[in-house]
Amino acid sequence: VKHTHTYTQTNIYIHTQSGIQWAHFSPVFQNRFKSPLRIKKTLSKTGVKNIVLVDGVRTPFLQSGTTYADLMPHDLARTALQGLLNRTGIPKDAVDYIIYGTVIQEVKTSNVAREAALGAGFSDRIPAHTVTMACISSNQAMTTAVGMIAAGQCDAVVAGGVEFMSDVPIRHSRKMRKTMLSLNKAKTLGARLALLGSIRPAHLAPELPAVAEFSTEETMGHSADRLAAAFGVSRREQDEYALRSHSLAKRAQDEGLLSDVVGFKVPGKDIVSKDNGIRPSSMEQMAKLKPAFVKPHGTVTAANSSYLTDGASAVLIMSEEKALALGYKPKAYLRDFVYVSQDPKDQLLLGPSYATPKVLERSGLKLADIDVFEFHEAFAGQILSNLKAMDSDWFAKTYMGRTSKVGSPPLDKFNLWGGSLSLGHPFGATGCRLVTTVAHRLKKEGGQYGLVAACAAGGQGHAMVIEAYPQ
Amino acid sequence: MLILSSRAQLWHPRTHVNYELKDDVAVVRLNDPTSKVNTLSKQMEAEITQVMNEVWGNAQVKSAVVISTKPGCFVAGADINMIKACKSAEEVTSLSQEGQKMFEKIEKSPIPVVAAINGSCLGGGLELAIACQYRLATKSKKTVLGTPEVLLGLLPGAGGTQRLPKMVGLPTAFDMMLTGRNIRADKAKKMGLLHQIIDPLGPGLKSPEERTMEYLEEVAVGVAKDLAAKKVTVDKKKGLIQKLQDVVMGFPFVRKQIYNTVTKKVMKQTKGLYPAPLKIIECVQSGVEKGSSTGYQVESENFGKLGMTAESRALIGLYQGQVACKKNNFGTPERELKTLAILGAGLMGAGIAQVTVDKGVATILKDTTLEGLARGQQQVYKGLNDKVKKRGITSFERDATLSFLTGQLDYSGFQKADMVIEAVFEDLAIKHQVLKEVEAVTPAHCIFASNTSALPIRDIAAVSKRPEKVIGMHYFSPVDKMQLLEIITTDKTSKDTTASAVALGLRQGKIIIVVGDGPGFYTTRCLAPMLAEAVRLLQEGVGPKMLDSLTTSIGFPVGMATLADEVGIDVAAHVAEDLGKAFGQRFGGGNVELLKTMVQKGFKGRKSGKGCFLYGAKSKDKQVNPGAEEILKTFKLTAPPAVSGNEDVQYRLICRFVNEAVLCLQEGILPDPIQGDIGAVFGLGFPPCFGGPFRFVDTFGADRLLQKMKRYEEFYGNHFTPCQLLQDHARDPSKRFHK
Repeated sequence: VKHTHTYTQTNIYIHTQSGIQWAHFSPVFQNRFKSPLRIKKTLSKTGVKNIVLVDGVRTPFLQSGTTYADLMPHDLARTALQGLLNRTGIPKDAVDYIIYGTVIQEVKTSNVAREAALGAGFSDRIPAHTVTMACISSNQAMTTAVGMIAAGQCDAVVAGGVEFMSDVPIRHSRKMRKTMLSLNKAKTLGARLALLGSIRPAHLAPELPAVAEFSTEETMGHSADRLAAAFGVSRREQDEYALRSHSLAKRAQDEGLLSDVVGFKVPGKDIVSKDNGIRPSSMEQMAKLKPAFVKPHGTVTAANSSYLTDGASAVLIMSEEKALALGYKPKAYLRDFVYVSQDPKDQLLLGPSYATPKVLERSGLKLADIDVFEFHEAFAGQILSNLKAMDSDWFAKTYMGRTSKVGSPPLDKFNLWGGSLSLGHPFGATGCRLVTTVAHRLKKEGGQYGLVAACAAGGQGHAMVIEAYPQ
Repeated sequence: MLILSSRAQLWHPRTHVNYELKDDVAVVRLNDPTSKVNTLSKQMEAEITQVMNEVWGNAQVKSAVVISTKPGCFVAGADINMIKACKSAEEVTSLSQEGQKMFEKIEKSPIPVVAAINGSCLGGGLELAIACQYRLATKSKKTVLGTPEVLLGLLPGAGGTQRLPKMVGLPTAFDMMLTGRNIRADKAKKMGLLHQIIDPLGPGLKSPEERTMEYLEEVAVGVAKDLAAKKVTVDKKKGLIQKLQDVVMGFPFVRKQIYNTVTKKVMKQTKGLYPAPLKIIECVQSGVEKGSSTGYQVESENFGKLGMTAESRALIGLYQGQVACKKNNFGTPERELKTLAILGAGLMGAGIAQVTVDKGVATILKDTTLEGLARGQQQVYKGLNDKVKKRGITSFERDATLSFLTGQLDYSGFQKADMVIEAVFEDLAIKHQVLKEVEAVTPAHCIFASNTSALPIRDIAAVSKRPEKVIGMHYFSPVDKMQLLEIITTDKTSKDTTASAVALGLRQGKIIIVVGDGPGFYTTRCLAPMLAEAVRLLQEGVGPKMLDSLTTSIGFPVGMATLADEVGIDVAAHVAEDLGKAFGQRFGGGNVELLKTMVQKGFKGRKSGKGCFLYGAKSKDKQVNPGAEEILKTFKLTAPPAVSGNEDVQYRLICRFVNEAVLCLQEGILPDPIQGDIGAVFGLGFPPCFGGPFRFVDTFGADRLLQKMKRYEEFYGNHFTPCQLLQDHARDPSKRFHK
C-alpha cells in the first residue's frame, strides 16, 4: 500500500487527468507564453555554426494496411520530398545532400533516400544515403545533416524518414534459400532434381521480419509491459495517458495545428490529407481490452500502445547564413543533441530518461527552461515509466551515475498536439515529426526552448534541444 | 487468568511466518531469520499451521497467498538436520505424517490458497506449493522446482508421491521423483505444475529483485481475489496429448506396464544399490491403485524406513559435504581476478576456458600450434552452442560470452594476467620451461597454477622465482561436467594464492577440496593402487567386461576397464610408473609393462579408438579389443582361488582405494575426512551409496575391513597392509571419521 501512495504523490498530475483538461486549456497559459519576461539567452556558441530548420513536412500517417497499402516505401518518401519542395520552394539543385532514415528496409530500394530523391525530381547530381537506428532513424538522418553542415561540407541538406508497414519483406526459410542458391550452381539436370527432391515441408515455412529484439529475443511490447510493472505504472494510468494523447491529437487536428501534414493523392484512390489513427475513446471502452503481450496479468494493450503505421517525413536543414542568403525565415535553431544507449533487456525503452539530463547539461539548461516537450510515445507505459525515472533521485544515482534527478517534464508542456500513440508511429519517420512539431509549437505558444526525446530498439535513445528562431 | 493466557498466546512472537491482510486476501510470508534459505523446520511448520489456522478463522479473509520474503528462495526443502536427528524409523514416519496433515489441510482449504514462487521451490517446498490451489512463479533463473529427495536417499514424504501423479501424470511424476532434477519455471508451466508465470522485472524505482518480489505478490493477490470471486478457475487447460494420456492411464494394464518398465529401468541404473527409487514407485502405485489413505500411509512408512538407511545417511553426508566444499575458507583474495591465461588448448585447457568465460573473466587460451588452438576454441564454442540448442542461453549470450575468450599462440597480453593455469603435457621439463616463460612475462602478483594430475607441485615450483605464487589446480575431465576441483598447496604457497585459486574455482561452479602436496596428491594417489589391482585382476583372468560389471555392480558409475580407457592407457601407465617409483611396493600388483605394451601397440583407450575395448562402431554392446586380450594372455598370472571370488574381487579393489585414502588423512595430505569423501565421490566416482571411503569405513566397520585386508595381505603382501590410522579405528570402535 505504501509504495502506490508515493507514486501518486510524485505524479499527481497524471492521475488527475490534467492532460485531458488541457484539451480545453485556459488562455492564462497562452498569455504566459507571450509574456516578454520569458525571453532567455540564445544557445548560440562562438565558433559553432548556427544550423536552422527551414521547414518540415510529412505525409498523413495512416494505419498500415489502409489507403497506402499498395504503395512502396519510396513512394511515401517521394511524396514527403515533393511536399517539402512545394512548401519551401527551394530550387531542385540547391540541396547538397539527402539523407533518409528507415527501419524495415524494402530490399529493392535499400537506399530508399536515393530512389525517393530521384522520383521526387531532385537533381540526379545530389548524393543520397539511408541510415537506420530503429525508432530514432530520422533523428539520426537530421543529426547527420547537422554534422555535415557543421563540418563545412554542406550548406543545405534534406533529412527525412519513412516507414511502410503495409508490406514487409517476408523471406523463404534459410534452408529453402540455401537450396535455391545451390540450384543456381547445379550444373546437371540430375543435380538440380536432387536438390529439388531435398525440399521438405520445413523448407516452406516463411520467415517474418522479427518484431523481437535480436539480442534478447523479447518483443518490445513485452519489454514495455515489464517496464511499466517495474515502475509501478498501473493499467488505469496508461489508459488515461493514451486517452489524453488521442484527445489532444484530435483537438490539434480539428484546430488545424498539424500544419506539417501535406496532402497525398494516392494513385487510384482519393487524396489523403489527415492522419487516420486518431481515435479518442472512453476509459470504459479501453478498460475492456485484454493485455496484448504479457498474459493474463499484463497492462499494455492495443489501446495504450502505438500502432503499425505507414508514413514519411522530411525537413530542410541549412546553415543560418545559407538560409538567410536564400531569403528564408527559418523556423528554429537545431542545437545540442545526444545519443545514449543502455541495457536492451531491462532498460530498452528508457532512452529519454538518460538522454534528457545529458542534453540539458550540454546546453547549460534546466528542465524548467524548456517550454515545449515532444517525446516519442512508443507505449503509454513507456512514457509514464520515463517520467517516473526522471523524477527519481534513486534511479538517477543508482543507474545513471548522476547526483540527483533531472525532474519530470510538466504535462502542461508535454506532447500537447498528440503523440505517436495517437498520430501514429512510422518508425523511420517519427523523429522529423517531433522536431517540426517542436518548431511549430514554439512559434504558436511563444516559447523559446524545446526538447525532443525518443527511445529506440536496441536500448538506445536520443534527445535534442531546439531554440525558437527570433520572430 | 483466562484473559492473560489467551493474550499470551496472541502475543507469542512468531519469527518465521507472519501474515498481512490486503483487502480480503491474507498474504502469508515465510522467512527463516536464521538462514539464507527457508526450510521446512519444526518451527516453520508449526508457524505455518498456526498462521493458516488464524487465516481460516478470520471471516474477513476470502483467499490467501503464500509467499517467501527471501529473494531467490521460496522453500528449499525440508530441514535435513531434523531428519538426521531422528533415532528411529517411527520418528521419521511421524515427521512425514505431520507434513502430510498440514498440507492436506491446505489442499482442502475452504478459501483458495495461491503459492507465489520466486527462487528455489524444492522438496518440501514443492509439496507445500502443490498442496495450494493455484501456483504462479517468476521466470527468474533462480526459480527451480523439483523433488530432489531421491538424491538424498529419501522420498517426497509430505504427500508429494500422492499429489504429483494427479497433477502432472504418472510418467512425468516418476521422471521428476526418480531423477530429482530441477525444472525451470517455463518448463514447469508446460508440464502443468504451474498455472502462471511472471517475467522478472528490471530496474524501476526499487532494485529489480525487490520490485520483482512485490510484483509477484501484486499479481498473486489479484489472482487470489479473482479465484475467490470465481473469475478464474484453478483448472488448467489440457492439451490433446495430455487428454489422450489421461485416457490411456485410465487402463489398469497400462499403468501396470508403466510400473514394471520404471522398476526395470531403476534396477538397471541403480543395480539395486539404492532403496529410495523403488520405495517411490511403491508409494505412487499404492496411492493410485488403492486410494490416497493407503497411499499416505505407505508414503510415511517408507519415508521412515528410508530415513534410517545407510544409503540415505551417505547421500545426506555427501550433500552436506558438498555444501561445505563450496565455501572459501581462506579469506577474500587481495585482488579480484580479471584476466586468466590458460596454457594448452587441449581437452583440459579448453574445458577450463569454457567454465571461465561464461563468468565474465577475460580468458586467454594459448597453444603452440594453430591446429591445437582451433580445436580448443571449437570445443569452447561447441560447449556454449549446445546450451543454445537446449535453450539454456540465447545465441546472443553465447556470442557475448565468447567475446571474453582470446585464442593466441604467443605470450602477448600476459602482462595483464592475474593467474595462469598451465594444462600442457605432463612432463616436468616442459612444465619448468613454461613456468619460466610465464614468469618472465607476467606481473609479480600473477599466480601460476598447474593442472597436473600427478606431478608434485613443489617439483614444478622448484624453478620458480615466486614459489609462494605457485599452486596446483587439478581439474577433472570433462571439465564442464565434472564438478570437482582439487587444489594442491605446497609449504611455500601463500594463503592469498590459495584464496585466489579457491575463489576462481567457486566462480567456475566447482566443488573444491584443498589438499597437501605429494605425488598424485589425494585423488590420483587413491586411484593408482585400485587401478594396479584392476590390472592385476585382468592378468588373473578377469576379463574387461567382467571387471566392468563387478565394479559397476558395487556402485561405481563407470566400470574399471572402461575408466582406464577413458582416462587413457598411456596416462594410466605414466601415473602407475611415477607413483610406483614414489611409493614403491605398496603401489604394485598389476604389471606396468602390460599397460606399456598396450600403449606401444597403440591401444591408448577411447582417444585412439582402441584400449581394453574397441571404439568407433556405434553398436550398443562394447566389444573387447582382441589385441588387448592377446597382450593379457602374455602377462597371465594364476589367481589364488581363496581370494578371487566375485565379492573378494570387489573388496580387493575397494580395500586398496580406501586404505590409501585413509593413509592420505594420516599423512596430512587430506585436511579432513569430509574433503576425502567429496574428492573420492565427485572426482573418481567412488560409489555414492557408500558416501565416500571414510563414511564407508564408519559404516562397514574398520575392524571388518581390517580382517578382509589381513586375508588379502596373506596372498599379496604389503599391497594390503592396513595403514596405522585404519588400525587405530579397528582397535577402537568409538573412533569414527564422521560424527
